[in-house]
Amino acid sequence: MHKIYTNISQIAGDVITVEAEGVGYADIAQVNTSRGVSLAQVIKLDNEKVSLQVFAGSRGISTGDKVRFLGHPMRVSSGEELLGRIFNGSGQPLDKGPALSQNLIDIAGPPVNPVKRVIPSKMVHTGIPMIDIFNSLVESQKLPIFSIAGEPYNDLLARIAIQAEVDIIILGGMGLKHDDYLFFRDALSERGALGRSIFFMHTAADPTVECLLVPDISLAVAEDFALKGKRVLVLLSDMTNFCDALKEISIIMGQVPSNRGYPGDIYTQLASRYEKAVDFDTAGSITILAVTTMPGDDVTHPIPDNTGYITEGQFYLKNGVIEPFGSLSRLKQQVNGKTRPDHRTIMDTMIQLFADYRESLEKQSMGFKTSAWDNKLLKYGRLFEKKMMSLEVNIPLEKALDLGWQILAECFTPEETGIKKAIIKEYWPKNQ
Amino acid sequence: MAAKRKGKIVKISGNMVMIESNEFIVQNEVAFIINGQERLKCEVIRIRGNRAETQVFESTAGLKIGTEVEFTEELLSVELGPGLLGQIFDGLQNPLPAVAEECGFFLKRGVYLKALADDAEWDFSPEKKPGDKVRAGEVLGIVPEKIFQHAIMVPFGLKGAFEVTDIVDPGKYNLKTVIAKLKDVDGKTQEVFLKQTWPIKIPITAYAEKLKPQEPLVTKIRIIDSLFPVARGGTYCIPGPFGSGKTVLQQLTSRHAEVDIVIIAACGERAGEAVETLKTFPELIDPKTNKPLLDRTVIVVNTSSMPVASRESGVYTAVTIAEYYRQMGLNVLLLADSTSRWAQAMREMSGRLEEIPGEEAFPAYLESRIASFYERAGAVKLYNGKLGSVTIGGTVSPAGGNFDEPVTQATLKVVGVFHGLSRQRSDARCYPAIDPLISWSKYKSFVEDKQVKRGHEILRKSQEIAQMMKVIGEEGTSLDDFIDYLKGELFDFVYLQQNAYDPVDEATSAERQKYLFNFIYKNILEASFKFSGKDQARIFFQRLRQLFRGWNSSPWQSQEFKDAEKEISSTIEEGLAAREKTGA
Repeated sequence: MHKIYTNISQIAGDVITVEAEGVGYADIAQVNTSRGVSLAQVIKLDNEKVSLQVFAGSRGISTGDKVRFLGHPMRVSSGEELLGRIFNGSGQPLDKGPALSQNLIDIAGPPVNPVKRVIPSKMVHTGIPMIDIFNSLVESQKLPIFSIAGEPYNDLLARIAIQAEVDIIILGGMGLKHDDYLFFRDALSERGALGRSIFFMHTAADPTVECLLVPDISLAVAEDFALKGKRVLVLLSDMTNFCDALKEISIIMGQVPSNRGYPGDIYTQLASRYEKAVDFDTAGSITILAVTTMPGDDVTHPIPDNTGYITEGQFYLKNGVIEPFGSLSRLKQQVNGKTRPDHRTIMDTMIQLFADYRESLEKQSMGFKTSAWDNKLLKYGRLFEKKMMSLEVNIPLEKALDLGWQILAECFTPEETGIKKAIIKEYWPKNQ
Repeated sequence: MAAKRKGKIVKISGNMVMIESNEFIVQNEVAFIINGQERLKCEVIRIRGNRAETQVFESTAGLKIGTEVEFTEELLSVELGPGLLGQIFDGLQNPLPAVAEECGFFLKRGVYLKALADDAEWDFSPEKKPGDKVRAGEVLGIVPEKIFQHAIMVPFGLKGAFEVTDIVDPGKYNLKTVIAKLKDVDGKTQEVFLKQTWPIKIPITAYAEKLKPQEPLVTKIRIIDSLFPVARGGTYCIPGPFGSGKTVLQQLTSRHAEVDIVIIAACGERAGEAVETLKTFPELIDPKTNKPLLDRTVIVVNTSSMPVASRESGVYTAVTIAEYYRQMGLNVLLLADSTSRWAQAMREMSGRLEEIPGEEAFPAYLESRIASFYERAGAVKLYNGKLGSVTIGGTVSPAGGNFDEPVTQATLKVVGVFHGLSRQRSDARCYPAIDPLISWSKYKSFVEDKQVKRGHEILRKSQEIAQMMKVIGEEGTSLDDFIDYLKGELFDFVYLQQNAYDPVDEATSAERQKYLFNFIYKNILEASFKFSGKDQARIFFQRLRQLFRGWNSSPWQSQEFKDAEKEISSTIEEGLAAREKTGA
């Protein structure tokens, strides 16, 4: 039924060019090589010349191989059957389960009409005080974790995934190490969360092009569930690999690079994925947590920089803790006024004092004389780091707020904190 | 009607589609790609031989070589007429609520709806009579729209003098009814409707003269109005790294600015932020008119996930609507967030056209495009002597927060005010995070020059001393210097910073700003305190800071306000008395 073309005229990188007719832009084709069958997607049409990026990579493709155009864009199967399953970047099963071909949906669908979104208003509780108190995560938020390679970002992702009250978890892995992948699988399975999870896995050993599909496939499936009223959490690790794959393809295609070799449309490419995060009016929601490893801990590098302009804040993971400065949840104001009346007070006061602590610390390390006030701050800072910032702390918000009061009372008099009298009266620990 | 000119697709790369045609092609004309039932809008942006390169305002997925294209000979245009206020459009002026009704959750490509409902009826009262001589831009009659008298004008595109031959009686008419007929010198008749169309990339120039922007535009943000003021009809830009509060600043400006109409162009930014405006503006009440803020607002939203090409058109659509209301003698403020996304859209297209790239791969014409956009701002005198203005404020999102990049630099060359946001200030939770040491304004403030100058001076001095102290420590700093440092800190903290979440402090009227600035100038900046030591000075200023905070959040001229002022005055008295004690 579909015509087969055998005249591949060019192979450069993972992009092949074949002469064909009647091909739609962004359509999918099958390439039959001696090594097996791979999918490919049309990325450029120029008269009869059709350029395709081959998901499995071009290695071993011969100019005489067969290309069959399927006449539709990339699709993926969606639905309940996917739960607990593991797939690769093109949607093929990696576990021992059957391949799925039911309920096919297009990936990279149209954008949501802004008037059909609602203002995010539901907090996602994570049990991590640095998030719950200081930078609350909100349903439908898109938030990256900025960190350097080697930080425990995947542990953090897995922990949030397990503790967050969501219906479905979708994990999109890009360029993951194989043991990271096993870690995610074991972590979720240990806590009984595997049954509500779906994995789309691209490991570092897999072809580059497949990496590009992972966010789209993950988000298309997420969208399908969200439209059915489910609250979906999408974890993407690591988006830096996605951007590097983009860079690779765009350079092969001869695009003029704009900044450090990245294509000029990197903002749009990232935005069209992150913007899938949504709280639908009268349906479910998609929350996106992504990992962005910053090359050289440089936040002005094009990847974290463009990401920061798109996402609603970021968690900055440094030295194994979520750094309060540099971390930001832009949506926290939507929820932290509705939790407990002292939430914002604790948040503002503790951060302010922690900033002062950092100054005192600097003063101390420069060898200047420390005052009595400095010493109080130094004590406070150390307590804060140990009891609040450490990622080992795992307590619900209420307890974390109480802990905050305790730390303050241990170090300061009520007046020194500058907190309004009415709140002091209600919350300041009595036993001090 | 002549048969439509047609062509065929020969090349597709992203949202760039090349069309081959044997007929004439007009630069910047709109064409439609006929993809089965779908008609996808695109704009011709380059012509070479019998081939035209177009940017498609939709996803190009599924399009094929050989697909037919229809040219329209029209430039990309918008509809102008009553019913624009309170609307939410996309970059091509599709009304989004109506699109949602038709298509549900998603923006289906190829769906274009009328910006203004043809059958809505408006109460027209004529202001001209048959025999009157008119020209483009002159008012033929009035229809009430929300709180405004919406002028129905002679279409801006008509050239020369016209005579009114027919005009309807007062009454209700819809947008399809001819409300007047005009005759030109050759006797040719022109029909006029309540609405007209105008190509968005061409400025409307149907006015008597363009004036120098002089009147201050009060935004009720103290650091802006007092130190870096914006003028009505002027231009300003807000560059800043991500998270430095550009959008919050724009949102608060859109609420409080003293103008008649605000046009918000959300260009390639987060959908969530646009949603906040969409959902809250119908409920927020404008204190000046007691009507919902949305009644004086037009929102043009093109979020980052919506098609790239319409980012550019969104900016132009917004400025055209702004110019239209200016023609009625109104003061209009256009807020564009963010112009960098629009510049990036140009870069993307330029790359697809394989043009020779300029700096950071932006096209060589980046600067001239930005300049001509900002030049559409201005205060104008209309033919009837009324004044109107369009003020443009654009945010810039520089890559890496580095102001040396091309978009920021191109913008700085053409704007009247620079509000530079800094990461340090936003990290220190300063709102607004406008850095007073790098920002500038070419317009005049309503605060006395002498006082403004002193304000700048103390900020610079304070900063220098702070730098010095980092090296030599507090011990090595003289008491006088230390006091200047504290003065600068106080001025920054209690005057330049505002609490965006405090209902009083989030917006300060011009009157209150003058009063407060004068108070601080006289009693603190110009006062010579002499304390016994640094600790005493620090405690004194810390106390003042706390008191000012309370003063700032008490309503203007309320009892609370007066009490707070009295307490501050007596504290300052004590501070000055301290000098006498130690001096004696």
